[in-house]
Amino acid sequence: MQAIKRKKQKETIIEGFFLICAFVAVISVLAITVFVFFNGLKPFISNSYSLWDFLTGVEWRPGSNMFGIFYMIVGSIFATLGAILIGVPVAIFTAVYISELAGSRIGKMIRFAVELLAGIPSVLYGVFGLGIIVPYVLKISPMAQGESLLATILVLAIMILPTVVSISETSISAVPKEYREGSYALGASKIQTIFKVVLPAARSGIMTGVILGIGRAIGETMAVMLVCGNPIAGIPTSLFDQIRPLTTNIALEMGYASGVHQELLYSTGVVLFIFIMIINLAVNKLVKAKVGS
Amino acid sequence: MDTNIKFNTKNLDLFYGDFQALKSINMEIREKEVTAFIGPSGCGKSTFLRCLNRMNDLIDSVKIKGEIIFDGKDINGPIDVINLRTRVGMVFQKPNPFPMSIYENIAYGPKCQGMKDKNQLDNLVKESLMKAALWDEVKDRLNKSALGLSGGQQQRLCIARTIAMNPEVILMDEPTSALDPIATAKIEDLMSSLKKDYTIIIVTHSMQQAGRISDKTAFFLMGEVIEFNDTPIIFTNPHDKRTEDYITGRFG
Repeated sequence: MQAIKRKKQKETIIEGFFLICAFVAVISVLAITVFVFFNGLKPFISNSYSLWDFLTGVEWRPGSNMFGIFYMIVGSIFATLGAILIGVPVAIFTAVYISELAGSRIGKMIRFAVELLAGIPSVLYGVFGLGIIVPYVLKISPMAQGESLLATILVLAIMILPTVVSISETSISAVPKEYREGSYALGASKIQTIFKVVLPAARSGIMTGVILGIGRAIGETMAVMLVCGNPIAGIPTSLFDQIRPLTTNIALEMGYASGVHQELLYSTGVVLFIFIMIINLAVNKLVKAKVGS
Repeated sequence: MDTNIKFNTKNLDLFYGDFQALKSINMEIREKEVTAFIGPSGCGKSTFLRCLNRMNDLIDSVKIKGEIIFDGKDINGPIDVINLRTRVGMVFQKPNPFPMSIYENIAYGPKCQGMKDKNQLDNLVKESLMKAALWDEVKDRLNKSALGLSGGQQQRLCIARTIAMNPEVILMDEPTSALDPIATAKIEDLMSSLKKDYTIIIVTHSMQQAGRISDKTAFFLMGEVIEFNDTPIIFTNPHDKRTEDYITGRFG
């Protein structure tokens, strides 16, 4: 009797331990959210800066008390869209090649390379971008510098590859072999089978990869900071224009900012936060809607 | 030469790596008959069936020797495999409709061959579903997912999908082994009605099924064809002791 009771106690304790571990993540996300929102909303609540000016302004001059982030929002969106537009197709075709077309040795090699890519610290992507991509962009650019939206897009496109490739590959490999057999038995070619049966069947997994890719692209800071130019004003109108994404705005100035300036950097974080939430929800909805139909 | 012969295999050997799964198969399969392959698990009957539309191509380690003459040509030679598969369709053990609508499942094969005309596709879908005795059950939900159908309906959908290609031969790999008796009976009825238009070759574990639906039966054992004859003879008066042992349930 005693033994059973003790055993039960032990189980309860261990269960409790697991629960605490699980709560670390929940508490962290709550803490970050509350902290960022609390600080970020302060200037608008205390009326020390106008929310409208903050969201629609196209100049960030802390010295002249001008804190507009609209051009940063546009820059972040363009950079992310561009990276997705280039990176996602490349990643999906890579995943298809690895799982459907390549022989097992070449497939393994490519997979290994992609995994290595995932492990490279982001600052090194930035250095690579600055050393290789920026000079090339400069060669074709009408501007005086190579740091640009285009350079940012290219760096981000490479950075999202590992995430999108590995998740897409997993979901492509998880497509039942019966689907492929059924397709071949109906006289479909390999390419037809891939595009009409395998990829649609792997759709929701691939979309998950894309969401994570978007998250990575919009949230990336270090690599982007080195290649984007970080101008103090101006909505980008061409691929060769410099941009100042929301993330780098925070990273560049948080170290020395104080007062309203500092609070508005937190506000930038709030905007970033909301963006990521909107993207996640929207794409989640999209996936569900498509699967439903 | 008998012009009614659809498949003629000569000394067909098949290896998975070092393992010989088929040993010198010689068989003539006649047009517009139902031919059944029976035998214990692992005897090579499904492997042989998959040779007939080159589905074994999908497995890397397979080596094939010997000839399979289909319409005067050896299909192991340099042929258009896609063309072969449009003429020799296949229905699998586990119903495998694609995760798309019922309509799209049927239209898939013809679309892959370049059929685009909406009316033509509509008619073909309807016709195929009618032939597969599924039309009445699904005509109001053609645009719903095929995965919502019951197992038996899914299998008839797979048959309809195959019929839509207007093949000459339909290969069936244990098509009812995943189905309940009622669904099985429906598929068997369907097979007898399809027989007049198509050559059907079916692998089955059920000897009753082979007895009910087939004209010819081949008994496979350890990669060899032990006996191949008219179904009534196989089941009432087999020439080989091993066939008799198997059909009377002494092993297998």
